[in-house]
This record gives sequence, C-alpha cells and structure tokens, in this order.
Amino acid sequence: MGDEVLVFAEHHGGKPARAAWEALAGGQRLARDIGAAVATVVAGEDVAALADELAGAELSEVVALTSPLLRDYTPDGYTAALFQVIEQRQPRFVVFSHTYQARDFAPRLAAREGRGLIGDCLGYRRDGDRLVFVRPVFQGKLCADTEFVGEPPYFVSFQAAAFREDSVQRGAAPARVTSVAASLTPETIRAQAGEPFREAKQAVDLTQARAIVAVGRGIKGPENLELAKKLAEALGAELGASRPICDSGWLPMDRQIGSSGQTVAPHLYVALGISGAIQHQVGMKGSRTIVAINKDKEAPIFEIATYGVVGDLFEIVPPLIEEIKKKKPA
Amino acid sequence: MKIAVCIKQVPARDAVLRLNAESTWVRETDVSFEINEPDIYALEEALRLREKRGGEVAVCTLGPERAAQALKEALAKGADRAWHLDDPAFQNLDAYATARVLAAAVARENPDLVLTGLQADDDGFAQTGVILAEMLGWPHATIIMEIQASEKALKVKRELEAGWFQWIEMPLPAVLTIQSGINKPRYATLKGILAAKNKPLQKLGFEGLGLAPEAVSLRQKISKIYAPPKSGKTEFLEGASKEIARKLVEKLKNEARVI
Ligand SMILES: Cc1cc2nc3c(=O)[nH]c(=O)nc-3n(C[C@H](O)[C@H](O)[C@H](O)COP(=O)(O)OP(=O)(O)OC[C@H]3O[C@@H](n4cnc5c(N)ncnc54)[C@H](O)[C@@H]3O)c2cc1C
Ligand SMILES: Nc1ncnc2c1ncn2[C@@H]1O[C@H](COP(=O)(O)O)[C@@H](O)[C@H]1O
Repeated sequence: MGDEVLVFAEHHGGKPARAAWEALAGGQRLARDIGAAVATVVAGEDVAALADELAGAELSEVVALTSPLLRDYTPDGYTAALFQVIEQRQPRFVVFSHTYQARDFAPRLAAREGRGLIGDCLGYRRDGDRLVFVRPVFQGKLCADTEFVGEPPYFVSFQAAAFREDSVQRGAAPARVTSVAASLTPETIRAQAGEPFREAKQAVDLTQARAIVAVGRGIKGPENLELAKKLAEALGAELGASRPICDSGWLPMDRQIGSSGQTVAPHLYVALGISGAIQHQVGMKGSRTIVAINKDKEAPIFEIATYGVVGDLFEIVPPLIEEIKKKKPA
Repeated sequence: MKIAVCIKQVPARDAVLRLNAESTWVRETDVSFEINEPDIYALEEALRLREKRGGEVAVCTLGPERAAQALKEALAKGADRAWHLDDPAFQNLDAYATARVLAAAVARENPDLVLTGLQADDDGFAQTGVILAEMLGWPHATIIMEIQASEKALKVKRELEAGWFQWIEMPLPAVLTIQSGINKPRYATLKGILAAKNKPLQKLGFEGLGLAPEAVSLRQKISKIYAPPKSGKTEFLEGASKEIARKLVEKLKNEARVI
C-alpha cells in the first residue's frame, strides 16, 4: 500500500479550476495528518502547462495523464484513465472536489475499484487513529459522521469551500512532473460530449443588483409572488428565486440563484421561505447583508444570515413593507 | 422501449426530524414519507418516452414495507409494473450496496434504459445511478434536463454549473440520472389509482435476486448524526410581527446601511 494521497485536479479552459486548488488544500491537510505524501493527477490531451502550474504547490509529484481521447471530459474516458493510475500507484486516499464533474465520474471510478466514495464532505477530523468524515444529510439539516469500511484506496470528495484555495501550501521548488500516457481505445468512450453552451441570453442580470429579494418554496404558490414583488419594489430590489420556484415555472430560469443559476453578491439579500441548501448558498453567501425569514428555526439559511426572523413570511412581510416605506428617504 | 425507473421513498420535505436512540439515523416512526423529488421527474420522463415510443415502464424501489406506497403512487401515475426490493438484509445500505442490489434487479429484466434521480434528499449520496451504470457495464450521464431517444441511441442535455449545458450522445442500454425541473410531472387520476390495483407489484428479497452474502457489505458507515454546529453569527429578531419589522428596518438602515 503506497502511503499517498492522490488529488484529482479538475481544469477548465486550460486553467486548473478553483475546485482543483481546494481539493489540493484538502489533500495536503489529509496527507500531513496521516503522514503520507501528496500527489496530484491532471488529465487531458496536452496538460503540460497545467501540470507546470500545479507543480507550484507543495507536492511529491504531478502526474500528467494524457491521451488524445482525453481531449474533452467524458466519464468513460476519465474513469478508464484514472483507474490505470490508481491501479499502478495504489494510493491510500483519492481526493476530489464535489463538482458536477466529480459527481459524474468519481462514483464510477471508485466502484470500478470495488471501493466506496464518501462524497460532499464538509471536512474531516481525527478520532484517535480513525478518520471521521463529516457530510451533510437531509439537505444540510443534519450532519453525518461517516467512516470508511474495508480496505483502501478510499475515495473522498469535499464540498466547495470546505478548504480555501489560498491555503494551498506552495513548494520551495516546483514539484516533479511525470507524464503518463493513458491506454484508451475509441471504443472505451461510449458517451460522447458536445461543447458546453448557454441557453438563450438572460433577460436579467442579477449579478449587478444592489439588492435582491429571493423567494423559495415557502412562498407556497405563484399567486403569492405579488407580496415578494411589493417588498422588492419597496427596497428597490430585483426578484430572485430558489431552484424549485423556477422548476415549477413560477418565475423564469434567469431568476434562479445558486450553483446551477446565477451567483450574486448584492449589498442586501432577503431570503423569503428559502431553506438554504448548499446549492443555493453557494450562489448568494457573498452578499453583504443577508436577511432570512423562515418559519423553521433549524433551517440552514440561518447559518449564514446576518439577521434572522423565525416566523411566517406572510405575517412578517406586510408590516415590513410598511416600515420600509415609512423609513425610506423619499 | 423498456424503461426502469428507480424511485426512493424519503422523509417528507417538511418533516420534523428527530434522531433515533443510537443517533445513527432519524426516527422513522415520527415522519411521513414521499417519493424523492427528482425521482418523480424521472418517472414522468419515462412515461413520456413510453407515450412517444411505446414499450413499458417498470418502477423499482429498495426499501421496507412502507416503500410499497411509493410504488403504488407510481403505478397510479401510469407505470406498468413495480418491483419492491425488500429484505431485512437491505437496511441502512450505502450507495454501493444499494446499487448492487438494484443492479441485480435490473439485470433480471434487461431494460433499454434506466432512469434514477440525481440525488436522494435523505442520504444525499448522489452516487447510486452512476455506480449502477458501472455495475451493469453501461454508459451513463448525470444531471439530465432533456432526453431525445431513438431506437438504439440517446441524445441528452446535461446540466453543468452556472447555467451551462452540453449535449451528450450515447448508445443504449444506458443509465441517466435526472434533475428536477426536466418536465412538469403529472398527478395521478382517479382512473389511474383504480387501474393501479390490478398492476403487478412483485416483491423480491435477497434470495429471489440471487445475491451473494457480500453483496450487501458496506464501504462506508455513519457512526453518528447530529444537528450542524451553530456558528451563532445570525442575530435573531424577536417579538410581534410589527415589532420585528420595525427592528429589522432600523438595523438595515443604521447598522447595515442598506436602506
Ligand atoms: C445539482 C443540483 C443543483 C442545484 N442547483 C440549485 C440552484 O442553483 N439553486 C437553488 O436554489 N437550488 C438548487 N438545487 C436544489 C437545492 O438542493 C434545494 O432543493 C433548493 O434550494 C430548495 O429550495 P427552497 O429552499 O426554496 O425549498 P425548501 O428546501 O423546500 O425550503 C422551503 C423553506 O420554506 C420555509 N417555509 C415554509 N413555509 C413558510 C412560511 N409560511 N414562512 C416562512 N418560511 C416558510 C420552510 O421552513 C423551508 O425552510 C440544486 C440541487 C442539485 C442536486
Ligand atoms: N433505495 C432505493 N430504491 C430505489 N432507488 C434508489 C434507492 N436509493 C437511491 N435510489 C436512486 O438513486 C438516486 C440517487 O440516490 P443517492 O445516490 O442515494 O443520492 C435516487 O434519486 C433514486 O433514483
């Protein structure tokens, strides 16, 4: 068994993704804690420049995994290629960031090894000689201490921002880069990926809004949106929404805030009846002042709110509109 | 086209969650259950494919007795058949073991397409469909927002982060994990509910599936669940609604200076 932590480095547009640095920061911490070396693997058609950039981090090795068939990301290609690296190196841990790409292939890769993936971890801690990984369950309403059962390699993915990208340790000298040619045939890749695209141009750009009133499933029905609109008007705010509101067609997709919608950072963000799932939080937690109105005092949104009101939005919002109208300079 | 849809019964979204005596899961006797939201979208997508292309839709759940209700709902919405994988040995499985049992059930029937939700609201693994594809040796795609099917192949729209998408093409058979919002799910009609009573609902246990004992061995285990630690950063405003409104506006004006 190699005593190694192997970190998967995701990349887009020729640059390591933020997720790659966050995973490296997590991998370095884990490696220090268990007294292992830490290496990273980056896959693609030509990853020389990427590998050099990653080599700036304190690492025992950067594995540049290449094949013409790895030009575009595919789950078949990445699974087959990384499987070869893992078989050869037998790392103790394989670390990912819990991105859409990792969600797409990491479970498959772990399963090919006959191993498990503890996914979406907020972090981990040492408990004697055991490692306990902490992950959200029930949409973030509860945390679960989770441990691996059986033999390594252990596969783990960390949630966005579980580790800070700027906490990556830089090396005194560039790390060694090793090129590895993945042995793939065109038949390996069954699912073929097209170019990423965006839907028709967005009608609203919420990223520029100074204030946003966002509604979630607590608003109950489309007929109640009027109330949120009135609050938005009083505040000079744009209207935003959680995903289920847009899924139901109550508001158009371009009002959606979160990992699959827009990322916003207004001065004021008012969350009405939004539970604060991680996929929503990542799109708005950079807001300067966050007000959350939710009838469940355990809702995760209260972890990031500046001001919290535990109560029924239908009772709070009408007097709130009144007060704002009174106080606002004309 | 023969389609299998994996649906999971999970605690209702607004359920008040209490921990069991060992703090290893929630107390199931306290909560009501419903079909995991993305799985409802997956079922709807399967029904639409059948309406377009013919064939049949089977629904499959792994879960205790209560989970039969989820299957009945799916049959009422229009699924043709149901498989209920229920065995004392199937309790508290991780994603790997769940996928292994589901794979055994799917392999018996050889559908052209398997749909799952992208993630379960309770355990939140977001893995079962992907592992299932690996165990079946089929291609897969995740977080799907549109399906175009022909006889032997699929073209699907995969959601990426931040409002981006891509098209993926793959041969059948295949596994897709479905994202919420892909369609507008139908409600069961009275006629559907009545018709469901005569549709086949097959129970399958450990032996019926021909599983080896190690099939349900775990690769990860929850040692404890608990409420997330509070950062205590939020300032809570209390009182009658009017008073709260007044306090909040004052804070927004004088402290946060956003009005
Ligand atoms: C891959 C992926 C991508 C996703 N992308 C996004 C995304 O971009 N954006 C996004 O938002 N979500 C996204 N989601 C979904 C996300 O996980 C949550 O399901 C979603 O954010 C929940 O929306 P919600 O808070 O409106 O609904 P719920 O979680 O149902 O919460 C409703 C809240 O309203 C409260 N409430 C109910 N009635 C009242 C009342 N009368 N007064 C006050 N409060 C009330 C309840 O207490 C509850 O907290 C994504 C999920 C996945 C898996
Ligand atoms: N016990 C189960 N029975 C049927 N389907 C399941 C079960 N567990 C997971 N699935 C399917 O796999 C998807 C992802 O679940 P998970 O990997 O647990 O997040 C769900 O949306 C279901 O479609």
